[in-house]
Amino acid sequence: MTMSSPNRKLSYSLAINEALHQMMSTDSGVFLIGQGVKSPWYVGNTAQGLLERFGPERVIDTPISENAMTGTAVGAALAGMRPVAVHPRMDFMLYAFDPIINEAANWFYMNGGRRSAPVVIWGIINRGGEQAAQHSQALHAMFAHAPGLKVVMPSTPYDAKGLMIAAIRDDNPVIYIDDRWLYNDEADVPEEVYEVPIGKAAVRREGGDVTIVAISYMSVQALLAAETLARKGIEAEVIDLRTLKPLDEETILASVRKTGCLVVADVGWLSFGASAEIVARITEKAFASLKAPVQRVALPDTPAPMSAPLEKAYYPMAQEIVSAVEVVMAYKPA
Amino acid sequence: MTISNESRNDLSPEKLLSLYKNMLRIREAEERMSDLVISGEIKCPCHLYSGEEAIAVGMCSQLSSEDYIFSNHRSHGHYLAKGGSMKELFAEVLGKETGCSGGRGGSMHVIDPNIGMLGSAPIVAGTISLALGAALASKIRGDGRVAVSFFGDGASGEGVLCESLNFAALNKLPVLFVCENNLYATHMPISEIRVSPRIVDLARPFGIKGERVDGNDVLKVYEWASRTVEQCRQGNGPVFVEFLTYRMRGHVGPDDNIQGAHTDIRPKDEIEKWRKKDPVTRFERYLLANGFSDGRFDEIRRSVVKEVDEALAFARNSPYPNQEGLHDYVFAQ
Repeated sequence: MTMSSPNRKLSYSLAINEALHQMMSTDSGVFLIGQGVKSPWYVGNTAQGLLERFGPERVIDTPISENAMTGTAVGAALAGMRPVAVHPRMDFMLYAFDPIINEAANWFYMNGGRRSAPVVIWGIINRGGEQAAQHSQALHAMFAHAPGLKVVMPSTPYDAKGLMIAAIRDDNPVIYIDDRWLYNDEADVPEEVYEVPIGKAAVRREGGDVTIVAISYMSVQALLAAETLARKGIEAEVIDLRTLKPLDEETILASVRKTGCLVVADVGWLSFGASAEIVARITEKAFASLKAPVQRVALPDTPAPMSAPLEKAYYPMAQEIVSAVEVVMAYKPA
Repeated sequence: MTISNESRNDLSPEKLLSLYKNMLRIREAEERMSDLVISGEIKCPCHLYSGEEAIAVGMCSQLSSEDYIFSNHRSHGHYLAKGGSMKELFAEVLGKETGCSGGRGGSMHVIDPNIGMLGSAPIVAGTISLALGAALASKIRGDGRVAVSFFGDGASGEGVLCESLNFAALNKLPVLFVCENNLYATHMPISEIRVSPRIVDLARPFGIKGERVDGNDVLKVYEWASRTVEQCRQGNGPVFVEFLTYRMRGHVGPDDNIQGAHTDIRPKDEIEKWRKKDPVTRFERYLLANGFSDGRFDEIRRSVVKEVDEALAFARNSPYPNQEGLHDYVFAQ
């Protein structure tokens, strides 16, 4: 094993690429299947070098048949493999709800634990760039709703690699969701094989005034917001959820019990989504700690627009998180 | 309706009797379950395989326990023919902890990975792509296994079938697409759901060899399987077969869906016509005509009834799952 050189930087997308290289070279059961694995149009540089190194038997670019291709990955998992099935725009995964939810998610339970489907289903959130409503959606909450699925959403290069490795090694179906807006972020990434544990959130910044629970790309924005808030004298604790399901309730509860204030920032829609679930857990289990009503920062209940000015208005960023925190902090009980 | 003698002489008497016994095991199991549904002891939906036994038995006779099969809602026949346990089947259908799926799946979710039976599901066509994946796994590993997808005529309306045919052909996957055309998709006769009744023609645009075979003649099924399974195993790509058959019971449970009854689907004379082609009695007539004595059948019948009696007793005496176990098996640890 090569030990990492100190401070080796890697982009988020190349961290995924390294995870795939390492897992495919150490486990002959791992293979990559999906639309566009040969094409940077679809998967950026996350799959670079894989086809040349592992051949078309294990790096399988597919017809546009999301239902059958995802089912193929699930079936291969049931037959002992460790497939990674990629959907380069996660919008396409809607064609594959049957193999993902009816089959993979339920298989272990409905068969009394006789066989699980250890498959990674990797969906890329592909927002921005005037791609409109069917190439921009963040559908993580839909998958997190179904029993039997794990859902991970790394926001840093380190986690992108470590969660991919953990997802591949997990004996259950794992929905791995990344975001093209994160692909060029660079940070320290060890060269060795390592796992980031599924189900563990990360406290990215400690603070005693307010808790910001952020999902995926919103973690990046939450850290920016925290800097702005610090200049205003508000110390925010930023929790990067990393795994949506199973939810790391303990880390969130501990923080909210300390700060008494909560803002949840999600990359998905507001209604019936991940932010609602997190807020519900807090009101169920830490109601007495809350000093103010919770605020949520999420996409409006509107499809993704195309035109750039509309896109700018559509996606909340750090400023919206700052504003939400200020609303919470300004609350005065009657 | 008789079975002809063409190309059948290579089968040993033991083999012939084992085909017969395996068909009878399925028939006896299904008809016993039918009684138990009527008496109210079985409550979960059972899609009975009576009338289609020749297909599962003929196909599985050419598979090893290493080969994979996936089934659909009409799953008992495939499970038993592949070598599944009669006791665990009855226990599963009665919702017992000792069932093959621990009482978590019931009739529509039977499985035994130890014999290559990787599962069944009532989402019509939902397991076709899973069999494709098992075949892909076999191809990547180069381990010589084949995968069989059993599905019905109703599944021919699902787009995933065409997606799967295309991908299987593109990659020459060792998968056998086995369509059991029993002429009804739940309550809909095939003439109301397909422009062409010939499902086998679906394979042609994908360059997949397809045949239409009498699915009520176990020796014809056996003969087809013996020709194609090995070809498939050797890497010659997928094959497709449409077995023509008929469900002696209705879509689900004992009801035979006869016209005039409340389900009001199938004409009486159609049912009578197919009853004459019953695969079990047809094969009995063949065996009698080929020198087997009634005595041999009686012996087999007795042993099959005994097996089903014992399986039912085992199921009845087995415990239900503990309610504390409600949340077991959501995730593999």
